[in-house]
Amino acid sequence: MFALKRKTTGEVIFDLANNVFMLCICFITLYPIWYVLINAFNDGKDAMLGGIYWWPRMFTFKNFEAVFASPGIMQAMWITVAKTLVGVVAHVFFTAMVAYALSRKDLVGGKIYILMGTVTLFFGGGLIPTYLLIRDLHLLENFWVYIIPVLFSFFDLIILMTFFREIPEGLEEAARIDGANDWSIFLRIVLPVSMPVLATIALFHGVYQWNDYFTGMIYINNESLQPIQTYLYRVVAQSSSSQMMVAVQGSALTKTVTSQSIKLATMVVTTLPIVFVYPFLQRYFVKGMMIGSIKG
Amino acid sequence: MKSSLNPRHRLWRRIVAQRHLQTMALLGVVWMFIFNYIPMYGIIIAFKEFNIIKSISEAPWVGLTHFKEFLADDNFGNVMKNTLGISLIKLFIGFPLPIIFALFLNEIRSIKYKKAIQTISYLPHFLSWVVLGGILATWLADVGIVNHVLMALNVIDQPITYLAEPKHFWTIIITSDIWKELGWSAIIYLAAIAGVSPEMYEAATIDGAGRFQKMWFVTLPSIKSTISILFILAVSGVLNSNFDQILVLRNSLNDSSSNVIDYYVYQTGLLSGRYSYSAAIGLFKSVIALILLLIANQVSKKINDTSLF
Repeated sequence: MFALKRKTTGEVIFDLANNVFMLCICFITLYPIWYVLINAFNDGKDAMLGGIYWWPRMFTFKNFEAVFASPGIMQAMWITVAKTLVGVVAHVFFTAMVAYALSRKDLVGGKIYILMGTVTLFFGGGLIPTYLLIRDLHLLENFWVYIIPVLFSFFDLIILMTFFREIPEGLEEAARIDGANDWSIFLRIVLPVSMPVLATIALFHGVYQWNDYFTGMIYINNESLQPIQTYLYRVVAQSSSSQMMVAVQGSALTKTVTSQSIKLATMVVTTLPIVFVYPFLQRYFVKGMMIGSIKG
Repeated sequence: MKSSLNPRHRLWRRIVAQRHLQTMALLGVVWMFIFNYIPMYGIIIAFKEFNIIKSISEAPWVGLTHFKEFLADDNFGNVMKNTLGISLIKLFIGFPLPIIFALFLNEIRSIKYKKAIQTISYLPHFLSWVVLGGILATWLADVGIVNHVLMALNVIDQPITYLAEPKHFWTIIITSDIWKELGWSAIIYLAAIAGVSPEMYEAATIDGAGRFQKMWFVTLPSIKSTISILFILAVSGVLNSNFDQILVLRNSLNDSSSNVIDYYVYQTGLLSGRYSYSAAIGLFKSVIALILLLIANQVSKKINDTSLF
């Protein structure tokens, strides 16, 4: 009955206004990104004149050629890919392993372990004591500084633990009767049935790894170990764009690209992988976020 | 068997039976001990005169000297003003907006259209602050699009270099933060709204409630506990004022409105090497944040029976 009822004038106005409001939000969200994209694809010298709002005026791939021709950027990109892949696999596996053990109600000492973790959610050592620890562990100027200090997260553990507790006990018991030990139950049963939540954690950590520039900035001086975001930070925030121009100096590219156009192209290159990945993972993370934040 | 009656033996047997599980758990505990608890122990350098050459235990105690110095520091007032100012505005504007957005997005009838808007709205969450810093630097430059538009509209008659002027810094920080996180923060509320029973809406319709009334009297009360929990978390993180963002957008010209506690810790500690002083400022912040968390938790418990612990 309700579905067949005609909309009142008020309803029509409400729906219209709401749709306009949503379109405005979409425009405000997308336009700044679009603006960077069209300027990255525009001739650098020409872009300096301004006035490029909707479409590239002098379309070119030259800025991207310059980005890919620079050995510094490519090395930084490679470090970022490596730290993201290694970091995600290690973090998800390690955190899930601990979460599986703590999700078992019969675990001796389980309550103490969880209390220990809960404290870390609300209180930490802060920047300086952490820096001193990293130094004492000889992780300065070391690739593993990107992986080991973020191997585990108690917040992610809560999300995983909540999910693991929902797994029917019969599944584990059947395996135990077949002679499986806790390791094989974890690896062969718990992990495979938990793909949605593992994907959520992987996405969260992957985004963190991909976007983190601070670790590379404070713990790494060696340029061949710095990730792309740290590289970009040094260029964007410290406006030392000359660093980027060195790569293209003397080549034919100098005629068309500018430090600004390379900067925009680098921003695009830095962001594209993540923009491509997230539509594939998004159906998982709404579920994952619910589990973690409401019940936890 | 006699030994099984002894509780200590029984406990030991259980642990042996759980040796695989215990290994898994203890690996995590060892990690937490090293990376969370050793830095907590390291906080004691805030009460010592720590020297980079010596170990923490060798450093002489100095009591509250560093805390007193911070309170008397010329930068204290400014740093606190920026930290609290930015944080509180973010809390009072940035916290309700995603709820409002979620409420209105929920009223969109077409599921496909709704999904599309949602997917677009959280895209910026996936961009790094470094990339966003680059976008903002481009937009806000004296030859940037913001100046172009404002000059074309005759709002201003001379280009402004926004990032070089302290008076614009807070606006930039808060607006860009909302832009980045609006859609992402709304996900959780949308999920909570999806869990509201449709019968409540039907009942409200029969009672003659309009769209706004349904939002106000049905949807909002139904997601109250979600809002409370997220508010407690937001309050406890309020002093974190998003270090990544500040670091990218600050410069020496806007320092008077961009220097927040987190940056000051970084500056005095890692840039100037005053480890003990810097650790004291960091601890000062942690303690205030912890007190705020406890207050928010208690208030929420009293008002609507929802709390974290």
